[in-house]
Amino acid sequence: MKVFKYLQIKPGLTKTQEPETFECFALEKGKVYTIVGKTGSGKTQLIEDIESLANGSGLTKRTILLDNEIPSDTLRYAPHNQLVSHLSQNMHFILDMLVKDFIELHARCRGVSNCSGQVEKILYHANILCGEKIRATEKLTNLSGGQSRALMIADIAVNSSTPIILIDEIENAGINKLKAVDMLLDNKKIIIIVTHDPLLALSGDQRVVMSNGGISRIMTRSNYEIEILSLLNKSDKVLSNIRNALRQGRSLRGVSTDDLQVILE
Amino acid sequence: MKIIIFAGAPASGKTSVIYHIIEQMLNESQQICIAKLDCLSSNEHQIYEKLNIPVVVGLSKDLCPDHYLAINLLEIYDWAKDHNSDYLFIETAGLCNRCAPFLESALNLCVIDCVSSIKSPEKLGPMVSTADVIVVTKGDMISQAEREVFNYHVKSINNQAVIIEANGLNGLGCHRIRYLIVNSNDLTTLEGEKLVYSMPKAICSYCVGETRIGQQYQQGMISLIDFNEHESI
Ligand SMILES: Nc1nc2c(ncn2[C@@H]2O[C@H](COP(=O)(O)OP(=O)(O)OP(=O)(O)O)[C@@H](O)[C@H]2O)c(=O)[nH]1
Ligand SMILES: [Mg+2]
Repeated sequence: MKVFKYLQIKPGLTKTQEPETFECFALEKGKVYTIVGKTGSGKTQLIEDIESLANGSGLTKRTILLDNEIPSDTLRYAPHNQLVSHLSQNMHFILDMLVKDFIELHARCRGVSNCSGQVEKILYHANILCGEKIRATEKLTNLSGGQSRALMIADIAVNSSTPIILIDEIENAGINKLKAVDMLLDNKKIIIIVTHDPLLALSGDQRVVMSNGGISRIMTRSNYEIEILSLLNKSDKVLSNIRNALRQGRSLRGVSTDDLQVILE
Repeated sequence: MKIIIFAGAPASGKTSVIYHIIEQMLNESQQICIAKLDCLSSNEHQIYEKLNIPVVVGLSKDLCPDHYLAINLLEIYDWAKDHNSDYLFIETAGLCNRCAPFLESALNLCVIDCVSSIKSPEKLGPMVSTADVIVVTKGDMISQAEREVFNYHVKSINNQAVIIEANGLNGLGCHRIRYLIVNSNDLTTLEGEKLVYSMPKAICSYCVGETRIGQQYQQGMISLIDFNEHESI
């Protein structure tokens, strides 16, 4: 994969064939971008344009440039997708193997020489993200949704060689979302998150708002929003503590219902 | 005319992928025809009709659908020529793992669903090992790591083929297949054309409609399991 500094999106057309109003939008490495908008507003199509390095002839007529240049056909049509690693919506593994065997197999497929070191490394990262620790001798298919997601994220964080990482909705996965984004963050990568979750939407340096098949706004996160984000993160933690408390059979008590944290005290 | 043959197990995503590819090609003002071969029934007609291109469906009924394809190839080709076709897409029934319904000068694609074959892509046989392009679908249902492991296995079965991940639901990746199709061989005739892989020798009683089981009903090529050699405890 040719290294590039930034990827630019040049405007195309909305579903009703009106031109998109932004100028030329550059995505830089080391930054997080979130894509928000209603279902059917064109989020997937935007991803597809990026993934396929659209050259203006597609459905949306958008053009993707790398460092100001139209990418070559060889790159655009390279059979192997070298541009994007996908963390898709699925929450479970389907391969029936032990966690450690799978990590080793994957490492072998990627030509990594120290396969057993890889197991430790990936489990270390995965276990930062999920509540219940994953053991190397567990079966992949027995992992919970959160554990599976954590393992998938750790794998991409440690292994992925693509310059773009695309995350499709990690909400409700039972993992620490912000830590997950942090773990994937890398100054050599562009992170794109498609999401409906306010916490994740605010984790992006810039938000791309989609409607009617087009990019309707591109918003830079304000300082105020950064403050809100830390509040949201706190209440997200409280919520997950409450979830755990209920799971463990504890009862909630406290003096006030205004401040949720007290309930757990 | 370019001939593009799609093989692949039932419900692997052939129709979905072909649909997206053709949809992307429609504004190129080229004539496209499509033939679907199946055994007993097929609903492809309704799907492909939305593309507004000539579609023909052939049902093999009592015949093996791959034999049926071989028998009808010239007729299908002539039909497409009558429509002044630039591209002839053929979606085969792809029923068993014994065959590969491919032609030497056509672009031969095999569609594999990575969910159902993740444990044993090698079971898919010549359909995979002789294909020019292997299209891996339903990647949205497994993880990036599993996809990479799966592709590695496929590559080890056929390292000549181009392996392309494509999604039949949203068309992701289909532009890469389209590119290979647009740049594939132009055929001016099917004269002297050959199948890539021979079809099974089908000359026993059951080939001609016998349904009773038992030695007295069996004639022709009879091949029995050698239990001494193949039994294991
Ligand atoms: N999740 C997912 N589903 C897919 C994908 N591709 C196809 N499908 C679904 O798989 C089913 C079968 O797809 P078809 O395109 O009809 O498969 P086919 O190979 O043409 O099937 P036959 O012609 O009947 O053998 C449909 O329900 C599709 O929506 C994919 O990439 N991901
Ligand atoms: Mg079909």
